[in-house]
Amino acid sequence: MNRKFRPGAVIIVTLACLYFLVPLYATFQFSLQMRRGELSFDAYRSVLSSDVFLRAFTYSVVASIAAIIVGVLLIAPTAYWVRLRLPKLRPLVEFLSFLPLIIPAVVLVFGQIRLFGSSSILPLTTTEIGTNTLVVAGYVVISLPYMYRAIDNGMAAIDISTLTEAAESLGASRLRTIATVILPNLRSAIVSGAFLTFSISLGEFVIASLLNRPAFGPYLVQLGEDRAYEPAALAILSFALTWVLMGVMQAFALRKPNQRWLRRRTSAAGKSST
Amino acid sequence: MTDRADAMHPPARRLSVPRKLWDLLGLVPFLGFAFLFLVAPVFYLVVGAFQTPDGTFTFDNMLGLAAPNIANSFWLSIRLSFASAALGTVAGLLLAQALILGGMPAWLRQAITTFSGVASNFAGVPLAFAFIATLGRLGLVTLILRDVFGWNIYASGFSLFSFWGLTLTYLYFQLPLMLLVITPAVEGLRSEWREAAESMGASGWQYWRMIGAPVLAPSVMGCFLLLFANAFGTLATVIALTGSNFSVVPIVLFQQIRGNVLYNPNLGYALAVGMILVMLVSNLLYMLLRRRAERWQK
Repeated sequence: MNRKFRPGAVIIVTLACLYFLVPLYATFQFSLQMRRGELSFDAYRSVLSSDVFLRAFTYSVVASIAAIIVGVLLIAPTAYWVRLRLPKLRPLVEFLSFLPLIIPAVVLVFGQIRLFGSSSILPLTTTEIGTNTLVVAGYVVISLPYMYRAIDNGMAAIDISTLTEAAESLGASRLRTIATVILPNLRSAIVSGAFLTFSISLGEFVIASLLNRPAFGPYLVQLGEDRAYEPAALAILSFALTWVLMGVMQAFALRKPNQRWLRRRTSAAGKSST
Repeated sequence: MTDRADAMHPPARRLSVPRKLWDLLGLVPFLGFAFLFLVAPVFYLVVGAFQTPDGTFTFDNMLGLAAPNIANSFWLSIRLSFASAALGTVAGLLLAQALILGGMPAWLRQAITTFSGVASNFAGVPLAFAFIATLGRLGLVTLILRDVFGWNIYASGFSLFSFWGLTLTYLYFQLPLMLLVITPAVEGLRSEWREAAESMGASGWQYWRMIGAPVLAPSVMGCFLLLFANAFGTLATVIALTGSNFSVVPIVLFQQIRGNVLYNPNLGYALAVGMILVMLVSNLLYMLLRRRAERWQK
């Protein structure tokens, strides 16, 4: 490779780093200015002690976790079954999984509101349970491309037909094979799909807002209209949360099944020193 | 897989049909879910876009998209998506090239790539807040430019809540996305090609014009379209920055769902279909160009 030192490249990388970091620093600095004349964490205290925040955040966490569970239960067995038994239907399943990249969330929720409105056969929008179902279903749909890709990539990495044959020759039923052999081997793929789903749904605005649910996204927008410093504090918190999730995800992705945490550390250290 | 299972039981050949049906049952949950919450809602809108309120077939709604207010919001959306995608493409390509071919240390490359993974998902409301704190009327950069450099950007016409302000904000997720999707293509430029060109006496400019640019062109075009679609569907960032004053297509559709601002539900369906069409065309072209680009990446 060409390893010459190029001043042009240094300028470009510096400018990019400035563009990336200055808004983060500005937001952090702004979030500390709630108390006049001195820096304080008042904005964070004010947000975190607010009941409305706690309710909205809890709602979104629960909805996101529900979307993860539904998504994994729906996609993992399907991806397995398509690879094992129905390879001819793979294009159809892939097409459906990637469709949400083409359908914007606002269009999707528009169709759902009309299709499940008060005059339809399945009037989901008229009850609270129904609207919550639509929120979770919407989150499953918008994270479908990421969840499917994560799980399908995970499945490509293990030899599912051999694993299945081995399990069957030992007398395991189909469900038992999936639950005790396939799913554990997909753990890191599922975890990375789950974190992506979580980070997409937690601050999601359009679906929750149009279905009138008290979720975190609509709360953030409202807060942005009412307050000055708290939104900056929440932007920092949500960025930090995303970083933590990414870190956890990477740790899981690098870890092999049954490997101990400590051992991974030492081997990672050995790798970086070479 | 099924063929082999059949071969193991040749006499039971006739059983293979129910068995196939049984296999198909395994897809029912997924297909059912996708039909109910993805296909059927979209289908409902598409059908509605070609119907009058009392249910007869018509092209009027789709033709209604040409009405000045709707055509204007499509035009605004297209310009905004084009500007942010073009800026993102150029900046992302420059950054990828600087990182990969510019001899940057590996840790810096790793750090920027990881950061891009996070930042490309950092769309939405928090991003708007970050830019208000940076380039809003009381933002850090605004104040530094005013107090230190004596340049009041708001007095000279800039506003974060305008076209270029939004473009600059979009760039925060467009640039990282471009970096992530173009990196494989830039890495695919073999150093042998460059050495071969140099040994035949080509200058750096000639190498880029005759080898680098033609090889990269399909990837760059494809990534541009991906960024375009990415910007076109963006809604939460715009709402958090401008309320709903900035009438790009998603905002108009959002208001239509909230309160039928177009006074015609079927025109709303047509608007949704128009949005799907733009997304569909840019994504299809992206996939075609990507397939073409992959020829060089083996």
